Amino acid sequence: MPSFRVHVIIENKPGISDPEGETILRDLVLKKSHDSVSKIRSAKMLKFEIKASDNRTAEKKVLKLCNDLRIYNPLVSQVTLETFAL
Amino acid sequence: MGIVVFPGSNCDRDMLHVLSDVFKFDAKLFWHQDRLPKNLDAVVLPGGFTYGDRLRAGVIASHSPIISDIKKMAEKGLPVLGVCNGFQILVETGILPGVLLKNDSLQFMCKWTELIVKNNKTPFTNKLKMNQRIAIPIANGEGRYYVDNKTLESLKKNNQIVFQYTEKINGSSDRIAGVCNKEKNVVGMMPHPERASEQLINPKNSGTTSKIFESLMISIGAA
Repeated sequence: MPSFRVHVIIENKPGISDPEGETILRDLVLKKSHDSVSKIRSAKMLKFEIKASDNRTAEKKVLKLCNDLRIYNPLVSQVTLETFAL
Repeated sequence: MGIVVFPGSNCDRDMLHVLSDVFKFDAKLFWHQDRLPKNLDAVVLPGGFTYGDRLRAGVIASHSPIISDIKKMAEKGLPVLGVCNGFQILVETGILPGVLLKNDSLQFMCKWTELIVKNNKTPFTNKLKMNQRIAIPIANGEGRYYVDNKTLESLKKNNQIVFQYTEKINGSSDRIAGVCNKEKNVVGMMPHPERASEQLINPKNSGTTSKIFESLMISIGAA
């Protein structure tokens, strides 16, 4: 069975503040005169390697696992999945 | 009385000392992979850093085998207390509403705070007066209690806010320091009552903070 790498990017939902991203923007990026940057959001990424019949099944399996095990807290976080064939 | 020990709990023995030596409860530690005996009167989830706070504070411990017994005790209406990491575990299991996020300062905060009692009808607050102020320390990095506005309104309506900080300290919704479930038998709080219930280690007023445990004595019929 083919293997896939699924990137799970966990970040706060748009309405939830992200003090880490705000600090990086305010106290580092803007202080160094990179004025064109308007927003930074921090995130956590987990890289899963998984066997599955195809790309879509791999992504579906990982998303189900993330929901079942509360890999992210749906009250405040959202996930984005990116899948690559290995 | 049971105190649950998870890998990375570090306030379990402080809690055992206070419950056994100060308040004379028959308290015992239980490893997270064990079952809880059916005749327990109450259970406490102590503070610490279970699994090194990996992924998110409390989330890995919330899948421990002992959690099913804690859920059963909660459903039966028995008193359940989660302190600090114990509170984080209780929200991750879904027994208590909301979530605990990183403090808005992004710093680990270790300081004395003052709480206002907002619900004195729980097993842990029945000896306190409404709006009474108690001195108690916090020690956490992920202590910012968050609920959306709709849930906040339902918490207020159902009297589920148990403690509020007197000041804005970490960005918590409505300055919330502790909440309970709808049935009021499960309480979670970020501050540490076990670090504030003896005169020797409380520079302010241990007498009022002690009432949290004195309330529990009344609740289980030991007082």
